[in-house]
Amino acid sequence: MLLSVKNLRVSYDKIRALHGFDFHVNEGEIVCIIGANGAGKSTTLRAISQLVPVEQGSTIEFMGENLFKYTADKVVSQLGISHVPEGRRIFGNLTVMENLKLATFSRKDSDGIHRDMARVFEIFPRLDERKQQKAGTMSGGEQQMLAVGRAFMSGRRIMLLDEPSMGLAPLLMQGMFDALRQINEEGTAILLVEQNARMALKFAQRGYVLETGNLVLEGKSSDLMGNPEVKKAYLGG
Amino acid sequence: MEFFLQNVVNALQWGSFYALIALGYSMVYGVLLLFNFAHGDIFMVGAYVGFFVATGLLLLVSSLGLVSMPGWVVLVLVILVAMFITAFVGVAVERIGYRPLRQAPRASAAITGLMIGIIFETGNLALLGARRLSFPELIETTTYTIGGVTVTNKRIMIVAVSLLLMFALHQFVQRTKWGMAMRAMAYDFAVVPLMGVPLNSIAALTFGLGSALAAAAGILFGVAYPVLSPYMGIVVGWKAFVAAILGGRGSILGAALAGFLLGFIEIFVATIFPSTLRDLIAFSIILLILVFRPHGFFGEAHTSRLRL
Repeated sequence: MLLSVKNLRVSYDKIRALHGFDFHVNEGEIVCIIGANGAGKSTTLRAISQLVPVEQGSTIEFMGENLFKYTADKVVSQLGISHVPEGRRIFGNLTVMENLKLATFSRKDSDGIHRDMARVFEIFPRLDERKQQKAGTMSGGEQQMLAVGRAFMSGRRIMLLDEPSMGLAPLLMQGMFDALRQINEEGTAILLVEQNARMALKFAQRGYVLETGNLVLEGKSSDLMGNPEVKKAYLGG
Repeated sequence: MEFFLQNVVNALQWGSFYALIALGYSMVYGVLLLFNFAHGDIFMVGAYVGFFVATGLLLLVSSLGLVSMPGWVVLVLVILVAMFITAFVGVAVERIGYRPLRQAPRASAAITGLMIGIIFETGNLALLGARRLSFPELIETTTYTIGGVTVTNKRIMIVAVSLLLMFALHQFVQRTKWGMAMRAMAYDFAVVPLMGVPLNSIAALTFGLGSALAAAAGILFGVAYPVLSPYMGIVVGWKAFVAAILGGRGSILGAALAGFLLGFIEIFVATIFPSTLRDLIAFSIILLILVFRPHGFFGEAHTSRLRL
């Protein structure tokens, strides 16, 4: 088991966002967490990335190690957990190349960095064309490519993706998921959080359904897609 | 014309101090959204550190009976060593004073900054007493007269060293990965750790760089006006703060230009009006500029910080 989360509880200002969420991700797997706005999906990813404090009794283990021993930057640089945040959040004042280079800040393997950089440009040729451009001047779809490319450069054991389909036209969305599939096939596990349940379940092998901070269903994507409750609530009947 | 050029020369020197100090305010604000109100006092600390390094170095040179070092070599050494030492003062200020308050309301950090400044001033007074120290004369003054304009070698040196440091800072911020991380932090603080970048190291680095520049300003100030006092950083510091606002919070280029502009405004106002009215008129002009450009020359309107 790559990532194992038990009894995850997180509160913001005394309001509990997660009420003891249990889930896991196996090596090389694609797992999705679906749910409505405010269900606690993003909070789950933030807790893994050590961006929000968790409550006593929560455990997160990564490759058998207690994740809470690591600070946010070490989670990325030492454990290889990369995080593509909601809304892309690329550094608009830096060039595309600088955004990618910044993601390698703590890496020492210059050969590996070169190889990965070349791979990013293969997966997203558009980024290669825009290398010297300020990232803020790119289109939303291109910025999403950069956000994923940046994550690819920073850590590769698992990629946490927060709503990568948000604001993308259907064709671009398909291209993005194809690229993510490629990245996964090269050995990076993926934990995907999505409001677009249909897209997410088609893409992932397993899924978890969150409702206002509680786990309500889990299982194989195919089973979830066939589940009448999921159909009704998330797949539009 | 000669009169005008003479004042340009004076203004360049005066503006150098403001620009170097304003850079520290602006960098820290850009990266941490925080005004380090102890920064003027770090300028003072830098001047004193420079004084002790210079005195020690001169003593060392003479006691070892070394072939006497040329004054400018001593000066360069003093600037470098004092910048290095004062950088750690800045790092300590961030670590002890500001880091515990990163999530606190901004007023807490502002009050802390003022407090740290007072600690530096009174601490200095307690340690060294009320006497004023005079900065050792490291280089002899040579005066050149070019077409009726008087320039001293010190003045040229001060402006040249300031410009050199600003250029070096620009290169650092634009070309190194640490500089890149500083720019990224200025744009979107919350996402930077997700790049595997240790936020605290970059925050410390920013304070260190700003304090080193303030120390350089302190020593250059000591070369031009060799009397040091524990309160020397207050007025200069506040004025440099105004320059940082005028340049646009977080803008390095803006802080440098506004520092020089403030020097020019002060010097030229003083040539036209009685010197007692200098600050009143100079800062009225700046207030007027800010009415039309509230974010300064290169400032951006967005100051709220997104959470992740």
